[in-house]
Amino acid sequence: MSEATSGEKAKEKPNLVVNIGGLRLKNPVTTASGTFGFGPEYAPYIDLNRLGAIVVKGTTLQPRLGNPTPRLVETPAGILNSIGLQNPGVDHLIEEALPFLAQYDLPVIVNISGDTVEDYARLAEKLGRTAGVAGLEVNISCPNVKKGGMQFGSDPAMAAEVTRAVKENTDKPVIVKLSPNVTSIVAVAEGVARAGADALSMINTLLGMAIDIKRKRPLLGNIMGGLSGPAIRPVAVRAVWQVYREVDLPIIGMGGIVTVEDALEFILAGATAVAVGTANFINPRATVEVLEGIEKYLVANRIHGIRELVGAAHRT
Amino acid sequence: MSPMSDVMVLKQIRLAPLHYRLTLAAPEAAREARPGQFLHVRCGETLDPLLRRPISIHAVDREKGELSLLYRVAGRGTALLSEKKKGDTISLLGPLGRGFTMPSVSEKVSVVAGGIGIAPLYFLLQEIGARGQAATVFWGAATREQFFSPAAPGQNNDGAAGRCFSVMQGICEQGHKIFQASDDGSVGFHGTITDLFEQYLNSHRSGEAVLSRYGNIVTDHEQFKLDQVVSRVYGCGPRGMLKGLCGVIRQEEIPGEVSLEERMGCGVGACLSCACKTRDEKDGFQYRRVCVEGPVFSAREVVWD
Ligand SMILES: Cc1cc2nc3c(=O)[nH]c(=O)nc-3n(C[C@H](O)[C@H](O)[C@H](O)COP(=O)(O)OP(=O)(O)OC[C@H]3O[C@@H](n4cnc5c(N)ncnc54)[C@H](O)[C@@H]3O)c2cc1C
Ligand SMILES: Cc1cc2nc3c(=O)[nH]c(=O)nc-3n(C[C@H](O)[C@H](O)[C@H](O)COP(=O)(O)O)c2cc1C
Ligand code: FES
Repeated sequence: MSEATSGEKAKEKPNLVVNIGGLRLKNPVTTASGTFGFGPEYAPYIDLNRLGAIVVKGTTLQPRLGNPTPRLVETPAGILNSIGLQNPGVDHLIEEALPFLAQYDLPVIVNISGDTVEDYARLAEKLGRTAGVAGLEVNISCPNVKKGGMQFGSDPAMAAEVTRAVKENTDKPVIVKLSPNVTSIVAVAEGVARAGADALSMINTLLGMAIDIKRKRPLLGNIMGGLSGPAIRPVAVRAVWQVYREVDLPIIGMGGIVTVEDALEFILAGATAVAVGTANFINPRATVEVLEGIEKYLVANRIHGIRELVGAAHRT
Repeated sequence: MSPMSDVMVLKQIRLAPLHYRLTLAAPEAAREARPGQFLHVRCGETLDPLLRRPISIHAVDREKGELSLLYRVAGRGTALLSEKKKGDTISLLGPLGRGFTMPSVSEKVSVVAGGIGIAPLYFLLQEIGARGQAATVFWGAATREQFFSPAAPGQNNDGAAGRCFSVMQGICEQGHKIFQASDDGSVGFHGTITDLFEQYLNSHRSGEAVLSRYGNIVTDHEQFKLDQVVSRVYGCGPRGMLKGLCGVIRQEEIPGEVSLEERMGCGVGACLSCACKTRDEKDGFQYRRVCVEGPVFSAREVVWD
């Protein structure tokens, strides 16, 4: 290849950089919290440096044991999980997980959960002054813990209060993760936007359950769980579409993304970035394949930057 | 090596109505595999069923670069797997997980298997046998058919090779002794394999030879000391059976390891679906990941509810 053509090629390379509430990502592909561990689990399969960001497993102030088993049931084109936020606690995250990720050129977003507003505030304060944390994703929507969790996410006023508490305790970008298990996701999004959220992440899992007809009892140890995977994609795309119209915040879209086509749907609906979740379990290279697919799509459609595509379905 | 690979099916044989043995051309996985490890197998081509299925590595032939799985059709995933034919490709993750600790050469090894639980233990027996060490194998199943031998006519057909594969024969050829038990009494001891194993331990203690009629060996009357008969136990099978087995060996203070099953998502330690309770000094128990810290656990550390 002559230098001239390789130079032209370089010029043609579309701009994948996106901005998520002040956080600059080299590309829009991230991982969904709880589906990618803390990074080392997938390092044998992909070069973590290629990710736009890594969103690590949900973290609480104290270690959590998690829910009884079975914690996973497969349903049509999806899974129900009831992990129950099992995690080693924030101190362990800071001491053990973050040093590993510091080897990479990779923004780390820490997903946080609490039982009380005070828990969220203390987590924000602690992680806010921790080097190696690029931003916080506030989980107000986990269906798998009894206290807090989803109650915060289902009420716009409570969601706003948690958001405010986090914002007051950190200068880092605050991304609030929304639950689809609400009457109006737009109302919750508006509430957290007013409270100062820098970005939104949607959607968390849909509350669901499955019953063993032989034993005549629920299949999950925790009875109910969160539905994820391809089965929930249309619900997630709809949520992104609705919130994009009403709320002026960048959105990380997720819910059932397996292929580049799925990711493009979210971007066209209004997501600035995307997260790959359950698909990692089936294809550990799914994130990188989605990224490569986005690049190809932009080149094939002569689109210079990914940002031109965000919300494009609203404009045509 | 990336632990994800597309490999080719070399052979798929049906051993019993619901039991299959699948042989794959997977030189790298075969080279790296250790007894007790598993593969996370993509059984279908579509998004439904969605997840991969964990299947133990049952045998390897490192020279030929082949690896075999032994599995029972339990639902949709394994049914799809059973439809794979010679020349098809299958996506694998693995070898994954922590396998069995190899015994020292001087140890007296007993292996206790329930049903399809023989699958990973066969590989262990292969490795132990290859270094000239003989183990005593206890294998229980529901019925005669589930020992897959003799094969039902037309089922256990190895095609061109002209020789049938038999789990029983394979184990004997590796130099091991084998006892059988069946739930319906159609083969060997009428009862559970754990009961048979317990009787075996007791018969040695009392010097009786009550077991010679259930196995292909005659009990050796000169060996009275338990640790000269069994100094290490390996088990795999249904949860209830393993619980019983762990109870027996704990009582006898024999060290042992068991391979556990739990529902898996990722298979690589990321999702925390495959939790199993193990002893922990602080909280009484903790959850550990069957896919990473297991599937093999020390018999002492597992907490059975
Ligand atoms: C580490 C490990 C190694 C295994 N090795 C083997 C092997 O060598 N040979 C073999 O035949 N099977 C093995 N299994 C079990 C095998 O993974 C399941 O039988 C299989 O996933 C069932 O999938 P399916 O789609 O056919 O059935 P499904 O329709 O998913 O389920 C059928 C039935 O099996 C139960 N089940 C589903 N998944 C599991 C699971 N992971 N563990 C226990 N029960 C389950 C369900 O509750 C249901 O009753 C292993 C499991 C683990 C965790
Ligand atoms: C096993 C599992 C664990 C999860 N854990 C968390 C968590 O700790 N915090 C959180 O905010 N979301 C968690 N989620 C939700 C995902 O991040 C994501 O929002 C959801 O699964 C939808 O995306 P998907 O369909 O691509 O998986 C979890 C999902 C799964 C499947
Ligand atoms: S299957 Fe995901 S952690 Fe074990």
